[in-house]
Amino acid sequence: MNVAVAKTGSGRAVSDLFASAEGRLPGSPGVTAVRREAFETYERLGLPHRRIEEWKYTDLRALMGEVLPLAATPDAAALKRAVEAVKAHAIAGARKLVLVDGVFAADLSDVKPLVAEASFKTLRETLARDAGLLKTASTDAVIALNAALATDGVVLSIADGAQLSAPIQIIHVATAASASAFTRSQVTVGKGARATLVESFVAAGAAAYQVNDAVIISVGDDADVAHIRLMDDAPDAVNITSQFVTVGANTKLNFFNMTTGAAVSRLQGFITLAGEGTELSVNGVNLLKKTEHGDTTLVVDHAVPNCVSREIFRAVIDDRAHSVFQGRIIVRPDAQKTDGKMMTRALLLSDEAEADNKPELEIFADDVSCGHGATAGALDDSLLFYLKARGLPEKQAQALLIQAFVGEAIEQIADDGLREHVIGIAERWLERRQ
Amino acid sequence: MALLEVKDLKVRVEEREILHGLTLTVNEGEVHAIMGPNGSGKSTLSHVIAGKPGYEVTDGQILFKGEDLLEMAPEERAAKGVFLAFQYPVEIPGVATMTFLRTALNAQRKARGESEYSTPDFLKKVREVSKSLNIPQDMLKRGVNVGFSGGEKKRNEVLQMALFEPSLCILDEMDSGLDIDALRIAADGVNALRSPERAMVVITHYQRLLNYIVPDVVHVMSRGRVVKSGGKELALELEASGYAQFEAA
Repeated sequence: MNVAVAKTGSGRAVSDLFASAEGRLPGSPGVTAVRREAFETYERLGLPHRRIEEWKYTDLRALMGEVLPLAATPDAAALKRAVEAVKAHAIAGARKLVLVDGVFAADLSDVKPLVAEASFKTLRETLARDAGLLKTASTDAVIALNAALATDGVVLSIADGAQLSAPIQIIHVATAASASAFTRSQVTVGKGARATLVESFVAAGAAAYQVNDAVIISVGDDADVAHIRLMDDAPDAVNITSQFVTVGANTKLNFFNMTTGAAVSRLQGFITLAGEGTELSVNGVNLLKKTEHGDTTLVVDHAVPNCVSREIFRAVIDDRAHSVFQGRIIVRPDAQKTDGKMMTRALLLSDEAEADNKPELEIFADDVSCGHGATAGALDDSLLFYLKARGLPEKQAQALLIQAFVGEAIEQIADDGLREHVIGIAERWLERRQ
Repeated sequence: MALLEVKDLKVRVEEREILHGLTLTVNEGEVHAIMGPNGSGKSTLSHVIAGKPGYEVTDGQILFKGEDLLEMAPEERAAKGVFLAFQYPVEIPGVATMTFLRTALNAQRKARGESEYSTPDFLKKVREVSKSLNIPQDMLKRGVNVGFSGGEKKRNEVLQMALFEPSLCILDEMDSGLDIDALRIAADGVNALRSPERAMVVITHYQRLLNYIVPDVVHVMSRGRVVKSGGKELALELEASGYAQFEAA
């Protein structure tokens, strides 16, 4: 029998991760049991690696090595640093909910105006009574680890028919270097409600930290939701985010993700269309440089008939960066008249840049319209020459063409202000190249 | 004063020599026409002057205002006042014409150490020029040349010429793909830009264009060289006799 204690590269025992964190993890005794079970699952599986099909292109054992110890509860100095980061990344007019190193920071948040329009609790508060939020039907090791170690998160509920007057922005701020933050949030949007949710991931001076976030979203019938995720973590950070989204009937859900940070990142989204007549739009842009690795993995599950899904992804990959797009569209046997399309394009700015596109269609119904397309290529030399012949220096000519390239995905953001905000992030990324 | 001096220029594309020692001098205020059969090297000359990659200059030189043009990147040449009106202007989806024009004009001004145009000043300037060229405002909001007709694309080239105010304009087969009305509008735009400080090199296969843009000097190119130069009457002569006499040489 092998009795050796599993250890990570740095010699830390894997079990220590949970043992050292346990005293800080919120929840009733029932919650603790759920956490323990989840951690055992993680211990058994370990970090995902390339022999696990879903993680083929993102081998976390190689890319991240080990899971860092839990970040300390932020002290006054950490909160002060977070204030500046929040200021820099806040969307004008949005109601902010701020998580610092995985812990909700009430003083940095706009709880008061928010609760006038939506109900709000922290994950910590919720777990005092109920472990339900830690349970997800997933066998993924990073999700199990999230359930085991989630310290906090936001639990939002938007009532039936509510028309939110301002976007809600969840801002994750990292202030602790070489540590991990585990967060789990839930957003429930009622029937006929209208809401805009923005999630931002930023650093306040911290380096080499790890983020593991899970978001459970449920959108009712006849709703209209815009969801924007802006991942701008520190250049040496790791960000692994899992989203579970269920959408009702006759609803519009428009999601956009922008990745401009982190050494290693993965957004894995599992979206189930559970009500007929719904229009789903899932779009994203990866802007990667140096040795960054950015993975977007999406599963759109058409469980019912008569839904439309559209996915537009653009990756701009410079230096030796690596972009991964895995998109699966599942059409269940009953989901007739499904209209599902997915288009992903990668722009390689250097000879050493890498793009992996893996579209998959799993269609079990016979009256559907589904399609996917994937391209990868360099900037068009004839366009570059035209711009240079008109006086634009190389990098500026490239910038103009790159903006046009990502524009097609960014254009899907309906709100003018948010779209301009996202364009601004892309412009600053391009300026840093010049 | 000589604005452009091309001296004994030899150019290769891959392993094939296209220009075999071409010499050409264009002075300020002059309009030169370069005529010649297909494959004589007309477009190669225009591309090499503008700095298009893929051409290897093996001998000779190009001086622009006395400076070595071949040492400059394409964008430096543009900022110094070289403008190539493309035979086939490219379509750039997603880049609004207005954004492109402002970015290009300000990049050139910045390179010359001049102040950049403010948005209102720029808009005013574009409106004036586009009106005179019969370019509707909604065309400027569209992607660069996206969905433009052949005539609109050429007018867009002339618009840029008018905005950037280059000292040397090279018009590469401006008449290709244009009907007579479109040709007249584009040619009127070009003629309005003729000035004592500005020179133009009009590259064309047919004499027709030269009815609208009347040159001071006509050159005949054949097999990578200028084989004959003369006044505007040379163009008419070519129209009557064709290029065969030069190709046989």
